Amino acid sequence: MQATHDQRDFQRLLNTLLDKIVALVKPGEPLNLVGIRTRGETLAQRLVPLLHDRGITEIGFGALDITLYRDDLSEIGPRPLVRPTVLDFDIDRRPLILIDDVIFTGRTVRAALDALADFGRPSAVRLAVLVDRGGRELPIQPDAVALSLGELPLDQVVKVKVAERDSYDGVEIERRSSHESHE
Amino acid sequence: MSETRWNRKHLLGLQDLSADEIRFVLDTAHSFKEVSMRSVKKVPALRGRVVVNAFFEDSTRTRMSFSLAAQRLSADVIEFTEKGSSVSKGETLVDTARNIEAMGVDVMIVRHAAAGASELLSRSLKCSIINAGDGAHEHPTQGLLDLYTIRERFGKIEGLKVAIIGDIANSRVARSNIWGLTKMGAEVILVGPATLTPKAFASVGCRISHDLDAVIGEVDVMYMLRVQNERMKSAQFPTVREFTKLYGLTWDRFQRCKKGVFVMHPGPMNRGVEIQSDIADGESSGILKQVENGLAVRMAVLYLVSQSGKAVSADS
Repeated sequence: MQATHDQRDFQRLLNTLLDKIVALVKPGEPLNLVGIRTRGETLAQRLVPLLHDRGITEIGFGALDITLYRDDLSEIGPRPLVRPTVLDFDIDRRPLILIDDVIFTGRTVRAALDALADFGRPSAVRLAVLVDRGGRELPIQPDAVALSLGELPLDQVVKVKVAERDSYDGVEIERRSSHESHE
Repeated sequence: MSETRWNRKHLLGLQDLSADEIRFVLDTAHSFKEVSMRSVKKVPALRGRVVVNAFFEDSTRTRMSFSLAAQRLSADVIEFTEKGSSVSKGETLVDTARNIEAMGVDVMIVRHAAAGASELLSRSLKCSIINAGDGAHEHPTQGLLDLYTIRERFGKIEGLKVAIIGDIANSRVARSNIWGLTKMGAEVILVGPATLTPKAFASVGCRISHDLDAVIGEVDVMYMLRVQNERMKSAQFPTVREFTKLYGLTWDRFQRCKKGVFVMHPGPMNRGVEIQSDIADGESSGILKQVENGLAVRMAVLYLVSQSGKAVSADS
């Protein structure tokens, strides 16, 4: 296991992501922030107060569970728990930023876009991720990235750890064990 | 929220499930409830899968509930009812089911008058089987939606006192609820005439009482069963009027119930027989909630049993 970033570096990464997200937002415009469960949601929750500090205060917040929209439902084994999707804001005609911890094949984002389409029509959807590890299987790219790892070998797994769920912050790279899925 | 995963290919009864598995289904149902509140009430989870409602016994609400649940998951739904089918030409249950399965079925929902029918099919067919009621044996999705409704109302199930009242002997709903409630830590009190409350249930931890008035002051949930005319084989109680007098939820009895009591009924109701109209329609009644939750629970069950070949069948 290789820890590429520790607690202190993590904060720097988050700030980098914050800067890039701020560059995507028009001042004074209401914004919707949607975290993809589960760690994307945690990152989005951390970003909200940081955005407030930058003067972006009108933020609708939501959490999206994409389990029901995955395109590999027949391939993954025993299912994890499906959590509710909570989007308590006006989705139509407002820009929406999707937040996730890692982007890999791009299928999670595709599922998220499908899910959002069932809720309404944002004026624009932008993607902000903490880590890009390459390996795309779909033509989907983030608009804001904090850390680009290039094209990582497929036998390696990138894990983002957040204090709220894992008791520490960090980014780690591990060798993939046979049962792991892209979660 | 539990960390268990669901591994079963079939849902045949609550007797087979662990408390953790039950909790997992209820937690999953919670997420599906959200889907029914959107304007586009569909998710693509079962897109391209075929779900068959194989009802060899009459039903409207359970069948509709399963049908709608499957459609909300984007599955293709086929309805099969015994009336007007080849069953009248003498085809066996397994043959009928296998013929349907041969057309490419992923999940078969089975209701049948014979106990064990769904288990037989789970051993004879390759698709997933969900038991929608087999004789007087079990009706697991009803049990699950009742557990969900109770948990929604009280925030918990453990420690609650639940009275199940009426024709316990002939009720698959009562049996599934007995399994579910006892596994989740509730105290179950079966109330009815001696002819309709089998003593065997005392061995699984139920209290049995023949005096409804003696217990109504202490229970949190009053679960009323329908007086089932079609299942009565002999005169197990004198008259319907006597039943109402002794075991019906009359207005007078309702006044003597615990404050905040929750009244439930699996439906369809015989208004004025086992339950007074005003109570059924009043604020203490969870009857419509049960129906609403039934949809979410059935979506959860359909979703969970529809797994890849990696899933483990219920009896291994």
